[in-house]
Amino acid sequence: MAMSSSLLWAVDIFGRVYTLSTVGQYWELCKDTQLEFKRVSAVKQCCWGIACDHQVYTYVFSGDVPIRYQEETYENQRWNPIGGFCEKLMPSDRWQWSDVSGLKHQQLDSFTLPSPHWEWESDWYVDENIGGEPTEKGGWTYAIDFPSTYTKDKKWNSCVRRRRWIRYRRYKSRDVWAKITSHDDPGQLPDPFNDISIGGWEITDEPVGRLSVWAVSLQGRVWYRENVCHHNPEGSTWSLVTTPGEVVQISCGPYDLLWATLWEGQAIVREGIDRNNPQGISWSIVESPSSENGIMHISVGVDVVWAVTKDRKVWFRRGVNSHNPCGTSWIEMVGEMMMVNVGLNNQVWGIGCDDRAIYFRQGVTPSELSGKTWKAIVSGRESDRSQTGSSTSLLSAGCFFTDDIQNQTNAIIQGDADTSSDTELPSVSVNLANTAPLGAAASNSSNGATSQTAEISANLTVDPLDSDQGEGSVASSSNEKANLEKQKSTNQNPSAELQWTNIDLKEAQKHPVLSVSTFAETSSLSSLGVFSVGAEEQYGADEHPLWAWVSGGGCLLDSHSPLKWFTVPSGLTSCVQSLSLSITPAQTAAWRKQIFQQLSERTKRELENFRHYEQAIEQSVWVKTGTLQWWRNWKPHKWMDVRVALEQFTGSDGMRDSILFIYYMYHEEKKYIHVFLNEVTILVEVLNEAKHSFALYTPERTKQRWPIRLAATTEQEMHDWLSLLSMSCCESRRIQGPPSHHAIWSVTCKGDIFVSEPSPELEAGPHLMPCDQMFWRQVGGHLRMIESNNRGVVWGIGYDHTAWVYTGGYGGGFIQGLASSADNIYTQSDVKCVYIYENQRWNPVTGYSSRGLPTDRYMWSDASGLQECTKLNTKPPSPQWSWVSDWYIDFNTSGGTDREGWQYAADFPASYHGHKTMKDFVRRRRWARKCKIVTNGPWLEVPPVTLWDISIIPSSDADDEESVALWAISDKGDVLCRLGVTQQNPAGTSWLHVGTDQPFISVSIGAFYQVWAVARDGSAFYRGSVSPKKPAGDCWYHIPSPQKQKLKQVSVGRTSVFALDKNGNLWYRQGITPSYPQGSAWDHVSNNIRKVSVGPLDQVWVIADKVQGSHSLSCGTVCHRTGVRPMEPKGLAWDYGIGGGWEHITVRGNATEASRITTHDTSEEEPARSVDLEDEESKGKIEHSKTTSLMVSEEQDMDRNAVNC
Amino acid sequence: MTDDKDVLRDVWFGRIPTCFTLYQDEITEREAEPYYLLLPRISYLTLVTDKVKKHFQKVMRQEEVSEIWFEYEGTPLKWHYPIGLLFDLHASNTALPWCITVHFKNFPEKDLLHCHSKDVIEAHFMACIKEADALKHKSQVINEMQKKDHKQLWMGLQNDKFEQFWAINRKLMEYSPEESGFRYIPFRIYQATTERPFIQKLFRPIDSGGQLHTLGDLLKDVCPSAITPEDGEKKTQVMIHGIEPMLETPLQWLSEHMSYPDNFLHISIIPRPTD
Repeated sequence: MAMSSSLLWAVDIFGRVYTLSTVGQYWELCKDTQLEFKRVSAVKQCCWGIACDHQVYTYVFSGDVPIRYQEETYENQRWNPIGGFCEKLMPSDRWQWSDVSGLKHQQLDSFTLPSPHWEWESDWYVDENIGGEPTEKGGWTYAIDFPSTYTKDKKWNSCVRRRRWIRYRRYKSRDVWAKITSHDDPGQLPDPFNDISIGGWEITDEPVGRLSVWAVSLQGRVWYRENVCHHNPEGSTWSLVTTPGEVVQISCGPYDLLWATLWEGQAIVREGIDRNNPQGISWSIVESPSSENGIMHISVGVDVVWAVTKDRKVWFRRGVNSHNPCGTSWIEMVGEMMMVNVGLNNQVWGIGCDDRAIYFRQGVTPSELSGKTWKAIVSGRESDRSQTGSSTSLLSAGCFFTDDIQNQTNAIIQGDADTSSDTELPSVSVNLANTAPLGAAASNSSNGATSQTAEISANLTVDPLDSDQGEGSVASSSNEKANLEKQKSTNQNPSAELQWTNIDLKEAQKHPVLSVSTFAETSSLSSLGVFSVGAEEQYGADEHPLWAWVSGGGCLLDSHSPLKWFTVPSGLTSCVQSLSLSITPAQTAAWRKQIFQQLSERTKRELENFRHYEQAIEQSVWVKTGTLQWWRNWKPHKWMDVRVALEQFTGSDGMRDSILFIYYMYHEEKKYIHVFLNEVTILVEVLNEAKHSFALYTPERTKQRWPIRLAATTEQEMHDWLSLLSMSCCESRRIQGPPSHHAIWSVTCKGDIFVSEPSPELEAGPHLMPCDQMFWRQVGGHLRMIESNNRGVVWGIGYDHTAWVYTGGYGGGFIQGLASSADNIYTQSDVKCVYIYENQRWNPVTGYSSRGLPTDRYMWSDASGLQECTKLNTKPPSPQWSWVSDWYIDFNTSGGTDREGWQYAADFPASYHGHKTMKDFVRRRRWARKCKIVTNGPWLEVPPVTLWDISIIPSSDADDEESVALWAISDKGDVLCRLGVTQQNPAGTSWLHVGTDQPFISVSIGAFYQVWAVARDGSAFYRGSVSPKKPAGDCWYHIPSPQKQKLKQVSVGRTSVFALDKNGNLWYRQGITPSYPQGSAWDHVSNNIRKVSVGPLDQVWVIADKVQGSHSLSCGTVCHRTGVRPMEPKGLAWDYGIGGGWEHITVRGNATEASRITTHDTSEEEPARSVDLEDEESKGKIEHSKTTSLMVSEEQDMDRNAVNC
Repeated sequence: MTDDKDVLRDVWFGRIPTCFTLYQDEITEREAEPYYLLLPRISYLTLVTDKVKKHFQKVMRQEEVSEIWFEYEGTPLKWHYPIGLLFDLHASNTALPWCITVHFKNFPEKDLLHCHSKDVIEAHFMACIKEADALKHKSQVINEMQKKDHKQLWMGLQNDKFEQFWAINRKLMEYSPEESGFRYIPFRIYQATTERPFIQKLFRPIDSGGQLHTLGDLLKDVCPSAITPEDGEKKTQVMIHGIEPMLETPLQWLSEHMSYPDNFLHISIIPRPTD
């Protein structure tokens, strides 16, 4: 039950707008019911519509983060000997009030709100900040003359000065229909509107929320709305786009597809739409599929086009894509529709011609864009539910819908010409073959109880006619859909229904009775006859809704969470969606408690006095063997086939332990390595397209940076081994169940999540535990970062910036069965980009071309230029990923790009810039392609705000009810404060927006509500007066960054504050006292740091780069600062832990002090045994420990053996 | 919080303390000492009694030894029922240890199946698993497994290896997310008081309205006599693995967590003791 949901929008024949949630069961009336609508077109964040007054309206969803826009203007002054700095400027100077360039006159009062839908957030104020540095009070910046470089310090030669005034305005008309007003010349204004379609957000992701809004006027002209984006949801003006004829209707896809229909019945297709030309360049004409009947309606998706002709026939356009927006030919589809609508992921909806029901196209997949069948959505309206008071009448209403729809689906579900419906029919012969011997076996075993088994086998034999297939066979036999007529429907209904009960519910006596009673009801109701639009009077508000328009552009369907739209809710079950993560009712149910209690009583009763009895089955050694490949540890390193055996045995104390043996051949001599699984510290999956492999570390191998690597031939085989090995590791360390509240969480660059139980000796005590002895186990899911606190509140952020909250479960991913919790595991998905580079060299004849010098890099390569990466040969990162977009040019590369995405440089490899200069001879551009992973783990989505950073307070008080402070940065840079987070409800309730003057990138909250943050310009801020009573604090205090460094991350523990700059330096904030929480100066601690996490004991952990191991260098290594004491908060040295591709760590849950005795003992006392495991292979080892102690070149040897950066 | 996984362990590691004594009429060379053993509830008598057989054979003349069989208070014990079921059905509410009489003569042909080797037990066990999967998944899961997986299930039971068994068995307990449970619940209901061996019918875990069926729903439907009328005196006990789950317990959950290794829910209905 994922918490994330989106909406399907529809308009009924009375003009009322409804939405249906992907997690809901009922159509809900749009909150703003003032107006009736003709058309709606929805995307995720908003919906545009044309009301019955033929005006355009936009409905922007409210959210916790406001839509705000910063207005700015500059006040300019010049110095003169008499008045000093004053408003008197020279005639050649700029205006006293101007824009940043000085070219435009901009007085404070010249700023007005763009429409009645905006309000000012506050009055104008002066920005006392320049490039991350605070200015003097008053905010003046000085220069020799206009225009010039401004500094915050006044010098002897500063003749001019200026300061920046800012004021925010806020869009207020959210969750209501806001009328789009135009300031244009009335003569230029479009006539009344007739159709509208929005899309185009995939063309470019910059600026955020940009939309293409297209409208058609009653006179058949096409208009494009300029400048619609996140902070300007209404857009600015309408532009006329000329067309070859009078347009009736228009449809704009999420990407670059735009089609419209003409009065004459042809379709026109817009060509040349791209990032620079969202309006496109020219039109092409596509003829109607049938000469008699023109196209009446069109709808487009990413790369599909659906049409309805005037005879209501539905058509699918073949061969449509970015390069050929016109496609190749029409295919007729089954069904007659009033209109069709293509939404996200090319999903299609339609409105049935006769019944005016909304149909969902089932089976639309990337490989089968046209889908399989139409399936009616039977959800009732919320209003219907409330009108039918008692539960009995509700039930009968439910039954009416059920039967009605069964009738419809039976009639309309038909295979299309190209996709025969018998794909859904399982092979009958297989089923029969299976059941026959089973029946025999059953009768054999039950020893005389043949009467029942005969019944069973009979039942099993009729299997192939089971419900779903029954539906299918009815469907294929009825190719006309005219059986909605009353006569036929009453006839067919009982027969279909009887057949159903006969097969499916034979054993349940009560059901046939029930369904018979529903027939009576059905036939009487459906005798109302065929619905027609004209005859509205016949149907009161209580009948099923009749639809006029549907829009699925904002409706994201997740194939993993089934929709509840196709079955009628019983009405007795609660439809309230519980979003809280608190314990599910099943876990607290009395029956469950009773089972646990009785089982333990039983064990006591039957075992307690009899423990001295002999066991019937002796415990023996159990061995699993197999063939794997091993990355051999002598040069040349390569994969070699090995035999592998895992021996599990039970010790005399009843504790299990296991040894993994790897048998290999070395110069025709049989040898083996063995590993005690209780010494294994981590198992890391290393998936790539070539090998299904994993790495196994022990403390010794962590020191060497040289794990044992094993590969299996199939992913399944690898997961079987991994699952078994990790279970054995956990068992030998007696670790089971969910991670504790103190757990340390980390994430690798592959998005894999690991968790470790900290021992008390990790942070203090006479014998500090080295962090290479920490045992890490994997938790399912895919995340970019993760943050926790010591109350068990854990949040993560995916690569697609989705926020996730930890559910308290464990396992998931490949860890299944016993090592995985039964509850709290949900589907999780993530999206990231794969990048390749197109490289070109300039030559005097042809200019830039894809012909490089013989010494050049590949013309299509990875970022380094060393690997050839073409669009065709580049695959998703591992088989778990699948492409979800086509290749597109990425304009967001650091250094900037030109209009075509190119970056220029003097030569490869060099630093690139976004414009060509005389000295540039090479250029490159980055192509991106999105890929998606679908996995599972103990995570639930926290919609809707997407995040960049999170911090959770590491609090010491143990009050369960008290709320937990959680701060976050949205991916747009907004600072947010989560309200209502408690141990019971770690997801919290809502976001509180904390205003800033610029986007932020990092935030951290310390144990005493000290909130520190880093802005995008690299400076730090301290938030004053944050407390439980005042969760958002009052104001920001600017804190300059260390000299010439731009900060990128901050972490606040109990009292310590550490920050990280963009060059990898770690800084400690000195001079912090309770009365002066901002501190006084930054003190350098270390370099080569990638991430820092300061915990509630003020312990400091980092992810460091370039850690030297005895065998190789390691990037992305977990390191622990040793020697941290109250008087020595910076610590003394680093202790190195697991590494090679680690991306993030959080130790903010670990408040375990050494003095406390832990009940929950992981087997950290055993490291004494971790000596060299490879006596048998020492020959090979000596050799390369010598060679690798040489300095290795980064590109070649670093991390080749690890997860990979 | 206790995890559902613990139920699997408790079910697997259930043991019944048993005292085996030789039938008085068996002819022995010297007196036979009783033999005490902890029997796994989820296993089969003939699978775990090699030691018992050896113990008694020592005191017997070789020619007197034919196929071993067991009896409790006059009832021959069917080896092809799991031990826990036999105990719940015939001997619950009696003092422990469970006293079983060992016979080597007069094999009751009409009551018991012969069991000449462990292969017979394996065949019976696998047949049950296959039948259960036919009910749960139209046999899809069991048929997709390899021969070695089948072997691992059997070896897991035979050697009392919980992990080994469950590494495979978990696949048999899965169902697609679109469904809310198995197709049908594999169950058998045994009544101590009737001649009929057991009741087995097709029963879905979910009702037509999408609600989970409970143990009570099942009994109401297939064995109404087991249900105590609202105001009536409780006359029966409904036992699985030696406990009495509440009738509100969802059947799907029971099937996933409290089935025997043969993947069936073996439910015993016995008269409530009248103290």
